[in-house]
Amino acid sequence: MSATVVRAARRRASRRAGVTIAALSCTLLALFAFSLVWGDRIYPISDVVAVLAGQDVPGASFSVGELRLPRAVLAVLAGASFGIAGVTFQTMLRNPLASPDIIGITHGANVMALFCILVLGLSGLAVSVSAVIAGVGTAFGIYLLAARGGVVGTRLILIGIGIAAMLHSATLYLLVSADQWDLQGAMRWLTGSLNLASWDDVAMLSLAALLLVPIVLVLGRDLGLLRLGDDAAAGLGVAVERSRRLLVVAAVALAAFATAATGPISFVSFMAGPIAVRLVGPRGALIVPAALTGAVLVLSADLVGQFLFEHRYPVGVVTGALGAPFLVYLLIRTQRTGGSL
Amino acid sequence: MTTSLTTESLTLGYGTRPVVTDLTLTLPTGRITTIVGANACGKSTLLRGMARLLPADSGRVLLDGADIHAMPTKQVARRLGLLPQSPIAPEGITVAELVAQGRHPHRRAFARWTPGEDAIVADALEATGVLDLADRVVDELSGGQRQRVWIALALAQQTEVLLLDEPTTYLDVCHQVEVLDLLTDLNRSRGTTIAMVLHDLNLAARYADHMVAVHHGTIHACGRAEEGLTEETVKVVFGLDARVVEDPTSGRPMILPLGRHHVRHD
Repeated sequence: MSATVVRAARRRASRRAGVTIAALSCTLLALFAFSLVWGDRIYPISDVVAVLAGQDVPGASFSVGELRLPRAVLAVLAGASFGIAGVTFQTMLRNPLASPDIIGITHGANVMALFCILVLGLSGLAVSVSAVIAGVGTAFGIYLLAARGGVVGTRLILIGIGIAAMLHSATLYLLVSADQWDLQGAMRWLTGSLNLASWDDVAMLSLAALLLVPIVLVLGRDLGLLRLGDDAAAGLGVAVERSRRLLVVAAVALAAFATAATGPISFVSFMAGPIAVRLVGPRGALIVPAALTGAVLVLSADLVGQFLFEHRYPVGVVTGALGAPFLVYLLIRTQRTGGSL
Repeated sequence: MTTSLTTESLTLGYGTRPVVTDLTLTLPTGRITTIVGANACGKSTLLRGMARLLPADSGRVLLDGADIHAMPTKQVARRLGLLPQSPIAPEGITVAELVAQGRHPHRRAFARWTPGEDAIVADALEATGVLDLADRVVDELSGGQRQRVWIALALAQQTEVLLLDEPTTYLDVCHQVEVLDLLTDLNRSRGTTIAMVLHDLNLAARYADHMVAVHHGTIHACGRAEEGLTEETVKVVFGLDARVVEDPTSGRPMILPLGRHHVRHD
């Protein structure tokens, strides 16, 4: 009898999560299809399918196969990576402001990627790996600075925001002092853009995701339990320090690889988690919904940036315009409720 | 069957400063132990150490005779439950979902939730009197209800030993008694070994089968409340002059502090 009450309560919650995940997946699929069909020239679905099947379709083979497809795939991968990285940090530090794009971690990766390309003349894997190392290094630095007084939390976020500002000025300095850097390329490192998306970027990021996402998924339940506080999680059998370290490294690496591929697409890490929570309800598992939300955000923002206005804007400009008011909203709300996510 | 928890010359600390020194303690199985002491005497540190949240600087904590730090933490969590001082209820989580987290140590990664586990969670909710609240959001509950929900989580964990760090803090006297009665019910009906840090000396004496008074990181006195709580103990452990009389309602010792004011001299 009483077990049915519990089962009913649990089913209601998991049904909502299931419906949300299905709805997000459908939206993502629709956006993805649309982004392949739509453009300066509109190709019929049959042509797109033919290209996807590997057939040679004059015109479509290049613009769909070499331009739109890698762009859309990269949007999904980067959005999902940013989303996972964001929700991991936000959950772990129990604060929506603690996402890697607010506390300077993606800024660290960004500066390093830019330095490797502009000053050292590197490309490809070397850039990505350096960006990841810089991201982890930045995270470690912020942690060391914040841990000194003993209290982490808010202190860590404030220090992170300061570091982010410093690193951002370093980005600007590198861009200003670079030679012959065309505006489009520059925008990518300022706000993030998919204009230069290539199959190489896709290959790199999918490899990273293939390696890192399973780590986060396996530790997903631990992450949910860490929300109860470190002591309560430890009491329930979570190896708190080990789980946390692995999660931080995986999340930072995901954010850094994505940054190396697309530039720091503003506020996606920051927005994906809180939006996902509002859609799913406060269930333990937020990683998959946040990944889907991030992917939907980036893909739709890129479509808006490309086609809705007279000029084409990089995706980061659109997500930035969305993210800034969202930041204000969350700040007001956090002030009022002291809420976690 | 009955899990035992003991410490053996345990020294614990934060950094280089020892907080608990060379402390040996056995929790009587199937009994309620209350741990009392002045602020910063090391009683919470001792509890955290026994719950394996702090590494031992020296000495050992033994769960069923084996070093607790040598066991996989999830395996420990099947035998030893902990209610920390200020656990956090994630925003918007419902009572049923929070209590279901107590099943974590018994579940394999990616394992499906089974009907048997619903029954265990329901049983925990029923035992703590919060089954009607199963669908309610934890943030919206009163302090007393919330504490019962956390105890339900610990129950769903189905451990034979349960450690609680000040389970009655922030509760009014009615809810304090309610929580302590509930824990006594659990102890009597399930034989759970309970150890808890309590602030209120009189309640600690009343609800204890075994009482431990901690002073400067060592045990000053321990035993039945009548042996543990004496005028001398209160003087040394709390630095307070007090009379200890027999509590007319329970027959346990009860302390009456002798402050500088409002005390009759006759």
